[in-house]
Amino acid sequence: MILDRTAADIAAAVRAREASAAEIAEAALSRAEERNVAIGAYLSVVADVARAHARKVDERIAAGESLPLAGVPLAVKDNMCLAGTRTTAGSKILANWIAPYTATAVQRLLDAGALPIGKANLDEFAMGSSCENSALGKTHNPWDLSRVPGGSSGGSTAAVASAMATIALGSDTGGSIREPAAFCGVVGFKPTYGRISRYGLIAFASSLDQIGPIAKTVEDAALVYDAMAGKDPCDATSVDRAVEATERSTRDNLRGLRIGIVKEFGLEALEPAVRAVYEAAYRDLERLGAELVEVSLPTADYGVATYYLIAPAECSSNLARYDGVRFGARVDRPSLTDMYLRTRGAGFGAEVKRRVMLGTYALSSGYYDAYYVRAQKARTLIAADFARAFEACDVIACPAAASPAFEFNAKADPVSMYLMDYYTIPMSLAGLPSLSVPCGYAEPPGGTQPLPLGLELSAPLFAERLLLGVAHAYERATGHARKRALPAIAASAVAS
Amino acid sequence: MSAQTPAPRIDVRYVAKLARIALQDDEVATYGAQLENLLDHVAALERLPTSEVAPTALIIPAANVEREDDVRPSLPRDVVLASAPQVQGPYFRVPRIIAEAE
Repeated sequence: MILDRTAADIAAAVRAREASAAEIAEAALSRAEERNVAIGAYLSVVADVARAHARKVDERIAAGESLPLAGVPLAVKDNMCLAGTRTTAGSKILANWIAPYTATAVQRLLDAGALPIGKANLDEFAMGSSCENSALGKTHNPWDLSRVPGGSSGGSTAAVASAMATIALGSDTGGSIREPAAFCGVVGFKPTYGRISRYGLIAFASSLDQIGPIAKTVEDAALVYDAMAGKDPCDATSVDRAVEATERSTRDNLRGLRIGIVKEFGLEALEPAVRAVYEAAYRDLERLGAELVEVSLPTADYGVATYYLIAPAECSSNLARYDGVRFGARVDRPSLTDMYLRTRGAGFGAEVKRRVMLGTYALSSGYYDAYYVRAQKARTLIAADFARAFEACDVIACPAAASPAFEFNAKADPVSMYLMDYYTIPMSLAGLPSLSVPCGYAEPPGGTQPLPLGLELSAPLFAERLLLGVAHAYERATGHARKRALPAIAASAVAS
Repeated sequence: MSAQTPAPRIDVRYVAKLARIALQDDEVATYGAQLENLLDHVAALERLPTSEVAPTALIIPAANVEREDDVRPSLPRDVVLASAPQVQGPYFRVPRIIAEAE
């Protein structure tokens, strides 16, 4: 089945006219219909848009164009605009909003030949680590339907893991691509802050938000990145700096590279089965020729506290636009202030309210210096820690998450949920390119089957080419993503 | 150790009003406790020596970006108004904010 192949393979088949975009679109749409009931990865399936793009792709191929993502099924996280489609951010307040334009990152993938199949579920406004904060749907982990897919890009990672899409777009503010990629056993890549335009991405925390690819392989993630990276006049913070094509950044060993193992991220606290997987991953990096060096990030331990002041502060400002005036839901009241209060009280879910209030408090008169400015100073220290560490190593390796996917309702206390992003937040604060690549499987206590884990690799600012090269070599040598079949899909295939 | 419960740091009703979010009474209690917990967690930052450190707003050096002041097409007005909760002619309609003259 062509849908089970990689994006690189599918695009090559379409370019060689062994398959048409139209037939791939139909296959992807019928698979979405089959599998989305159990998985819930998509909030909406955009069949008309998919078919229209497929026709265009087939015409362009017939006209002799060479499209890097020709006919590749794409899932778009539902906080990115796709003109003419419902774009909800997983929130009641935008439940019926139709995007009037298309996000630059999405448009660039469409221009490269990708076929948008559906809009993927997420924690409301990308605030969460499990998709449980979505107001509009529940997404199940394809490896174990009683567990979360991770978040906030959990719909995107579940769509790729269950082969309802070959590639997906996620957004990562504190780990929202990398943690769900680890939980779903796929590759999730957050490029350097500013590499990918945020135009058309519904803003959460603007100094941290970054769009990135989710894929089955590192090569596919690189293909997607190459198609969308680079300056966009519509996003003033997108970086005007040459993007080195990563597609050919393929290496088969790690000789001559120093890989930093973070002293403060010791594996002792992890469950034994999880710890064994990461110890094996580090040994594999060494076996491939890398020199492992210990590096220290003394302030990384403050990452979660820093993040939970900066991100809420920025979101309290960004979400001020949902006021019932220009778009989204409104609760009618005779007075304007009352209309604002009721609209936002009814339209936002609990996590969004918590963060908006925390951010409002941290920015309010008398607390600004004690909370917000102090967190910005901590951010300086965390970035400086990484700069020092990268004097001693080329790439940093650590777990993407402390455990495999957890069960629904397992993290009822907000702080325990926030700590899920312990290993991903420091890199976000420092703006670094960082990815999660499948590195093995561990059976959680009380679990019934082994679940995937992700190795997080992080590189200096703008060193995407190096980062993807290292991940590719590791993936090629270990092949963890190919070692186990997806139990949920195997079961549904038997059933159908 | 004092047996007294420390005074809450966050006045949830006041912050919710600043944030323009109407809360039910049970929400005030729940969020009050959760936000106090979060403040306990972020209080760890007080241990960092930050007095001599410059704050970072954005990790990438950024300056104001300017472009030529030329006319470019905007989104079509009818498309934009189609998303509005309430419109009147070519305008967004909102509740009255200025009292009628006596």
